[in-house]
Amino acid sequence: MDDAKLDALGQTIVSALPGAATGHSVAFNQLTVDVEASKIVEVVKYLRDDPNCRFVNITDITAVDYPDREKRFDVIYHFLSPTLNARIRLKAQADETTQVPSLIDVFPGADWFEREAYDLYGVFFVGHPDMRRILTDYGFEGHPLRKDFPLTGFVEVRYDDQEKRVVYEPVRLNQEFRKFDFLSPWEGADYPLPGDEKAGPKS
Amino acid sequence: MNEQPQNLRNFTINFGPQHPAAHGVLRLVLELDGEVVERVDPHIGLLHRGTEKLIEQKTYLQAIPYFDRLDYVAPMNQEHAFCLAAEKLLGIEVPRRGQLIRVLYCEIGRILSHLLNVTTQAMDVGALTPPLWGFEEREKLMVFYERASGSRMHAAYFRIGGVHQDLPQKLVDDIEAWCDPFLKVVDDLDRLLTANRIFKQRNVDIGVVPLKEAWEWGFSGVMVRGSGAAWDLRKSQPYECYAEMDFDIPIGKNGDCYDRYLIRMEEMRQAVRIMKQCIQKLNAPDGKGPVVVADNKVAPPRRGEMKRSMEALIHHFKLYTEGVHVPAGEVYAAVEAPKGEFGVYLVADGTNKPYKCKIRAPGFAHLQAMDHICRGHLLADVSAILGSLDIVFGEVDR
Repeated sequence: MDDAKLDALGQTIVSALPGAATGHSVAFNQLTVDVEASKIVEVVKYLRDDPNCRFVNITDITAVDYPDREKRFDVIYHFLSPTLNARIRLKAQADETTQVPSLIDVFPGADWFEREAYDLYGVFFVGHPDMRRILTDYGFEGHPLRKDFPLTGFVEVRYDDQEKRVVYEPVRLNQEFRKFDFLSPWEGADYPLPGDEKAGPKS
Repeated sequence: MNEQPQNLRNFTINFGPQHPAAHGVLRLVLELDGEVVERVDPHIGLLHRGTEKLIEQKTYLQAIPYFDRLDYVAPMNQEHAFCLAAEKLLGIEVPRRGQLIRVLYCEIGRILSHLLNVTTQAMDVGALTPPLWGFEEREKLMVFYERASGSRMHAAYFRIGGVHQDLPQKLVDDIEAWCDPFLKVVDDLDRLLTANRIFKQRNVDIGVVPLKEAWEWGFSGVMVRGSGAAWDLRKSQPYECYAEMDFDIPIGKNGDCYDRYLIRMEEMRQAVRIMKQCIQKLNAPDGKGPVVVADNKVAPPRRGEMKRSMEALIHHFKLYTEGVHVPAGEVYAAVEAPKGEFGVYLVADGTNKPYKCKIRAPGFAHLQAMDHICRGHLLADVSAILGSLDIVFGEVDR
């Protein structure tokens, strides 16, 4: 589908769902529709059943974390319509406490994708019958794909020969993870550069 | 004697995590009524390595090797999806020879994956010879991987904007010479399995997925083609130079394990057909030329150039320390990997590192339907179904 057709499709969807779909955009030949998180089920049902859409294949559910925003998560849904040969991306904003309705009654395939988004981001889906962690360890704490979760995590495991079992310990690093800041030196860092701390504000 | 009410009890058994038919580290908690499966609860994540988190901390170039380690049976197909996503954001077009090499190696990956899947599925239902025959061919294909990239599995050969190195002519000729004898091996496997009574008893009408269910469970690739959808991203949303290739899409009628097996067999033959066309085009005059874009902001300058040009040296240094800056935006790119639709949802914020890189693995969507498909089947069918779903834990657990 070319951009004009996608744009038309986006307009149809937004006008058919007032209050639920709030806007649309086309970039890189891909259609994105912004939706209200609380109305997601309504939107997805429309997309699945409307004869002009037929987005019957659920491709993916994930989230993106923007910690600086008031509602920090973008919950992203991807659907595919084999009839139109088109993809659509739905974007809903949510924070840690927003209750996003689960899609599991519309698409059984949403099951693990929602569990994954909950596990890795802590997006809260309501109406899901089996909301357990999926990818992380049994008894894991925290949501590892959040931007404020450190790359190294908090605990590490090793086999303890005395206790004859695997034990969890706080992470101990001999060397800090080396994160180079390639953006600062020549392109205007907005924080004091290392070694410049004592320099004080420019007079 | 009084007749005692029979004390009936459901069994719960653990299948895996260390079971040869689990194709990796899968723990299935099976609830059984006699031999009939009542409920399946797959526990995954035992191979979770946090690939997506790691990619967020690395430059675009450093992210590529992580993709080899997802579906480690067909490594280059994964790299392909990531490169396509980044190229879309950067708005660059891969030179023709680069595209042909990519397609050639993606089809090699497809054969690698299908060979492993078809033969180990046969092993799961009791045959030992197919893996022995199939792995011999896989070994030859891995040598082709090695001769192009330097490593047999984790190739890291694709680059944003093309591939890392050109192929020597001898290698292209050797791949061409491999094609026809391989078709004989496929025929041999065909004779071993397709009409085999035991193989059919274990696969026909097992794990039937109607097309409507296949779509709504998020299936893709062989899993929807087996259920009768003529849907292949290489045809319907062609990427690279697939549009000019001539090949057929086999589809199934019944959506059972046996149909999926037959499709994989036919796809191997079609892959050889595509490979032959690639080689022919690579040998044609317009198939010669660069394999990676000439823009030195994206691809490093050639070695010889660096010996003489200061400019080239600076570009090389900046590329391998700082990396490519990808303009802000979000994009979803998908390829038809051997196991289904492998997609990468990439969010860039204009820096040299991806802001977010979600990997959409086909096996993840297929495995979640395990409970749905297996209900009411016998315990022995679980391993046949698992085999035909084509699961590799590298990509499911990420």
